[in-house]
Amino acid sequence: MSYNKELYQRVILDHNKNPKNFREIKNATHSSHGFNPLCGDDYTVYLTVDDDEVIQDAGFVGAGCAISKSSASLMTATLKGKKIDEARVIFDQFHKMVLGELDPEKDENRLGKLKLFVGIREYPSRIKCASLGWHTAIAALDKAEDITTE
Amino acid sequence: MADASTVKIKTPAFDVEAIRKDFPILSQTVHGKPLIYLDNAATTQKPRQVIDRMYKFESEEYGTVRRGAYKISEHSTQLYEESRQKMAGFLGAPTKDEIVFTSGTTQAINLVAYSYGRKFIGAGDEIIISNIEHHANTVPWQVLCEEKGAVLKVIPVNDDGDLVMEEYDRLLNAKTKLVAVNHVSNALGTVNPIKEIIRKAHDAGAKVMIDGAQSAPHMKIDVQDLDCDFYTFSGHKMYAPSGIGGLFGKMEVLETMPPYVTGGDMILQVTLEKSTYQKPPSRFEAGTPPISQVIGLGEAIDYLNAIGIEKIGEYEHSLLEYGTRLLSDIEGLRIIGQAREKAALISFYLEDAHPHDVVTILDEDGIAVRGGHHCAQPTMKRFGVPATTRASMSFYNTPEELDALAASIQRCIKIFS
Repeated sequence: MSYNKELYQRVILDHNKNPKNFREIKNATHSSHGFNPLCGDDYTVYLTVDDDEVIQDAGFVGAGCAISKSSASLMTATLKGKKIDEARVIFDQFHKMVLGELDPEKDENRLGKLKLFVGIREYPSRIKCASLGWHTAIAALDKAEDITTE
Repeated sequence: MADASTVKIKTPAFDVEAIRKDFPILSQTVHGKPLIYLDNAATTQKPRQVIDRMYKFESEEYGTVRRGAYKISEHSTQLYEESRQKMAGFLGAPTKDEIVFTSGTTQAINLVAYSYGRKFIGAGDEIIISNIEHHANTVPWQVLCEEKGAVLKVIPVNDDGDLVMEEYDRLLNAKTKLVAVNHVSNALGTVNPIKEIIRKAHDAGAKVMIDGAQSAPHMKIDVQDLDCDFYTFSGHKMYAPSGIGGLFGKMEVLETMPPYVTGGDMILQVTLEKSTYQKPPSRFEAGTPPISQVIGLGEAIDYLNAIGIEKIGEYEHSLLEYGTRLLSDIEGLRIIGQAREKAALISFYLEDAHPHDVVTILDEDGIAVRGGHHCAQPTMKRFGVPATTRASMSFYNTPEELDALAASIQRCIKIFS
């Protein structure tokens, strides 16, 4: 496959500097805390899910590297308006993409802007950075309170 | 930014270019750039002499140690014990039998915690560590304290990265049974005043274990002058292979200690009812040891001795001064740890770039540094940073490599600003 191998693309750098939905949601229906003990990346993800299982709002707070922060930022933007089932499918596709098991140019997917992170597959030690926010969001939907990447 | 033309470093007492040729990996490229290896506090590279010696041993001489009555086994045993003698000499130990081989510092500390600790430390007793320890010199004591009902006390560190010795004086008391601190902090580079720490601990009736993982390859160690009870080391941080390390222990202390790992080689006699144990160091070396690695360690010691550890220390110190000046001039860069006396490593934090991103950018320029908490989370917490980037130097590094480091950091700042 051909893709932009550059890891720190402008959009990723922008989301790192000015993350979207970088806030606590006071009355969130779901939240979870994610931690990567290897590097100390530490985020809490908040989701508000309505009775039809649609994610009405998504937010996150915490600290970590540019990859984890921009990924969490783009994730929250993606999740808003999605049904829980859709969110799980997108997470699965995202995860496979960063592991190199899904080619976003060839394989059917709903990744949209998240394709930006395809270059991560060249950096095995950074895959956990890109997926920390996602793991935390899925844990929130699963009602797990704390997760770690290990 | 300063550069090599304005800031000179003292001419080293040895030929650095010739030294570099001894290390095959230093001629490798990474991402098309010459490798600049600045993660020596994590692990060091091996000179050809060590690699060749192990290759020769494996190809022509290999046999088991301490049990075979045939030629190659006797020869291997002799080489194995010669390495122990070299290690004893390197640390200034009075006899070679006070050197116990383990897989490295982590296991050496666990040996002290499990063997000495479980026999001599009980409920209400106190163990003192510091706020700038590696997890390997923290967790074993936490586990021991939890098991025995003992209490773990911590010497605080000031903003520069120096231990607060007045607080240490206050922590010591009749209940203190053991003081376990590092000689050099792997996260900050602080060289601790261990002679004073040891003397005061002994005055209080406590034993002292020094974690020497970061110090042994960079400075002259004399365990008799220090008078420590235990001093640990890791081979792979001193140009020898991984999987070998160990500790010096005073014979009078080692003799009082029960075995830690049990099995073959550490026994005198085994019946189905009871076993009696070997004297140290065999008592603590159950099973077939990493023989080639021990031979490699011996060769690494010969290599270091041929250059001279004091000369190595002097040159590395001049690299530290040079690098510190270069990095201090970078706007937005904060050096974490500016102790009075430091080993040749610089931990730093950039306002706009997370250490893991810094490591990735520097890697693109062929520069290998460590980004993370350095297995010292309590230290990171004390300095209010989640992690740092750490450049740690060796005598095979050059000022030009530090210039490249500074330039790469500048590039990083540009990307993330």
